[in-house]
Amino acid sequence: MTVESPLMATDDDRLLTGWGRTAPSRATVRSPSTYDEIAAAIQEAGPRGVLARGLGRSYGDAAQSGGATVFDMTGLHRFELDIDSGTVTADAGASIDEILRAIVPAGFFVPVTAGTRFVTVGGAIAADIHGKNHHVEGSFGSHVVSMRVVDGTGHELVLSPTDETTKDMFWATVGGMGLTGVIVEATFRLLAIETSSMSVDTVRCHDLDDVMARMIEGDDDYRYSVAWIDSVAPSGRGVLTRGDHARREQLTRKQMDAPLAYATPALPSAPAFIPNGLLNSASVRAFNEAWFRKHPKSRSNEIHSIPGFFHPLDGVRDWNRVYGPQGFLQYQFVVPDEAGWIVERTLSRLRDAGAPSFLTVLKRFGPANPAPLSFPHAGWTLAADVPAGNEALAPILDELDELVAEAGGRLYFAKDSRQSPSMVARTYPRLAEWHSVRDQMDPRGVFTSDLGRRLSL
Amino acid sequence: MIDAVGEPQSVLVLGGSSEIALATVEALPRTRLRRVVLAGRPSAEIDRAAAHLGALGIPSVETTLFDAADTGSHGAFVDGVFDDGDVDIVLLCFGVLGDQAEAEADPTKAVEVATVNYTGAVSVGLNIAQRLRRQGHGKLVVLSSVAGTRAPVELRLRVDESRFDAFAQGLGDALVGSGASVLIVRPGMVRTRMSDGLPERAHDDRSRSSRLSDRAGAAQRQERHLRTRSVAVPDDRREGGTSTVVSTLTPVAIGYAVGRWL
Repeated sequence: MTVESPLMATDDDRLLTGWGRTAPSRATVRSPSTYDEIAAAIQEAGPRGVLARGLGRSYGDAAQSGGATVFDMTGLHRFELDIDSGTVTADAGASIDEILRAIVPAGFFVPVTAGTRFVTVGGAIAADIHGKNHHVEGSFGSHVVSMRVVDGTGHELVLSPTDETTKDMFWATVGGMGLTGVIVEATFRLLAIETSSMSVDTVRCHDLDDVMARMIEGDDDYRYSVAWIDSVAPSGRGVLTRGDHARREQLTRKQMDAPLAYATPALPSAPAFIPNGLLNSASVRAFNEAWFRKHPKSRSNEIHSIPGFFHPLDGVRDWNRVYGPQGFLQYQFVVPDEAGWIVERTLSRLRDAGAPSFLTVLKRFGPANPAPLSFPHAGWTLAADVPAGNEALAPILDELDELVAEAGGRLYFAKDSRQSPSMVARTYPRLAEWHSVRDQMDPRGVFTSDLGRRLSL
Repeated sequence: MIDAVGEPQSVLVLGGSSEIALATVEALPRTRLRRVVLAGRPSAEIDRAAAHLGALGIPSVETTLFDAADTGSHGAFVDGVFDDGDVDIVLLCFGVLGDQAEAEADPTKAVEVATVNYTGAVSVGLNIAQRLRRQGHGKLVVLSSVAGTRAPVELRLRVDESRFDAFAQGLGDALVGSGASVLIVRPGMVRTRMSDGLPERAHDDRSRSSRLSDRAGAAQRQERHLRTRSVAVPDDRREGGTSTVVSTLTPVAIGYAVGRWL
């Protein structure tokens, strides 16, 4: 007779991390093929609980849960375009990538896309993702008409922002990081587009003040706006790119042959193994210099492709591996307008730490939506990628957290992998309100994640 | 959880009055540390250790009864600690230093020593490994040669230690892929309270120290050889399994070395 060792890994065991590849934990991963399977698994959940996971693009520990059952939602990815109402109804596991491939040729675009199109609909809602149009059109959750969510008792709810009885649950689920229930399906509004091209204005800015002044002055004229900042140069010089979907009259005759053609480039991969430290100050400096130079000093109404404008990094598969096995993190905060100086301070403190940021992005947010845990608020948001192995980093980020909290800002859960529970309590003042709705939707505390445990959510 | 920049939130110390354990806890990053459990027999040392850690600003420092020899109580003890919240780091640092002559004269004394140092450690070590596997993350730090102070080299009871070391290595291998990992610390000479009054022989120190590090070095090389996984991914921390830290000198130096690894 043989006894199965309680220590040995089973076939369904997986070590999961976020996109930053830090702090792995083991979970039992299941790939449900029906909503009923999800409901049944929730009813049978053990003490470590359950969690839904999409494409794993959250940088930290949001889509992993040690010892829990994690649903790989990507197997459920049907979706349907309703041309008349201009909406898509999609399984939570459907990706923005596959939805774009179907809807762009039909003359539609997603209401919000992040810097990667490899995000599921469920993840887009749970993190309430934002994109280059936040200052005009808000975050993803603001465009959701309704969603189906399996709650902590295994019952399926239909939530809508306009229904008095479900709107609190709806908004608690938007930005709720998967901790109120498993989103299984959502219907969201699309943007009608005339062409699959983008009309883009680019300007190189000689320092950070120049970047920020131009954004304050001109962002309102554009649907999409974002600035890339040279994190190595003390001036904080940058490249501001702004634009909108091109209209038909902006296309050349040749482009007019297929105005809604949409193709994503074939992906080259980052090498499978990259040692720690390859991405050092010298290589980051060289990259930032090249990135700055590759852009024109100033150019208007240039025609770009959707992938080139929105998702440049999706052109390199597994680019997160360039940080080596110790992984990396993205520090992203938002602060109100009057605390814009924290942007400069952050860049200079990261330079002091010798923590080179490969890609640094600055954007202005518009007003917040009603979701208590939604990240975006009016003001400045800065996102900087830094290698996790840098030992000087932890205290410097804590110091920056303090400035962000003091200024009334906060950090983005989808990027976080190291903030403290007290930082969350301080910077998300509506946490208690969210807790009470969450407790109503998940009375047994079934939905758990490493992020939730780490931050006492 | 130990976060992306290596900050732990909770630590359990078995052998809560151990100077090496205390030095290790002190060497850990503390900004996210919110719970330390010191487990051991009630003593003035363990209370002092708790007071000392509390004074460092750690929000919750508990002392709890743990009797290594009472193996029947280990399951409930470990469950009690883990049921109150995930444990990121477990330091297994208990052991008694047997007296050679006394043990040879009185076999029951020898059994007592063996029970604590080997049977007790295996029992609680397995209980902890199961809970770490269930939570899917965490690090078990095993001080292999707990009584590896200035005990006479020829002490035959040391066989417990080598058996326990082998057990800990096996535990690390079993936990590969579990999210949890084992760190075996093999200290050389350590001057602690336990070693007070024992003869210090400089020439022995040298020879023993070099033999220990040779052995550890060989073990490390062998481990790398056997576990090809750790060659492909040079950072053992990501893959679970066993890593080894060898240190000598003082509890503080060992604490520092272990703290760096974690």
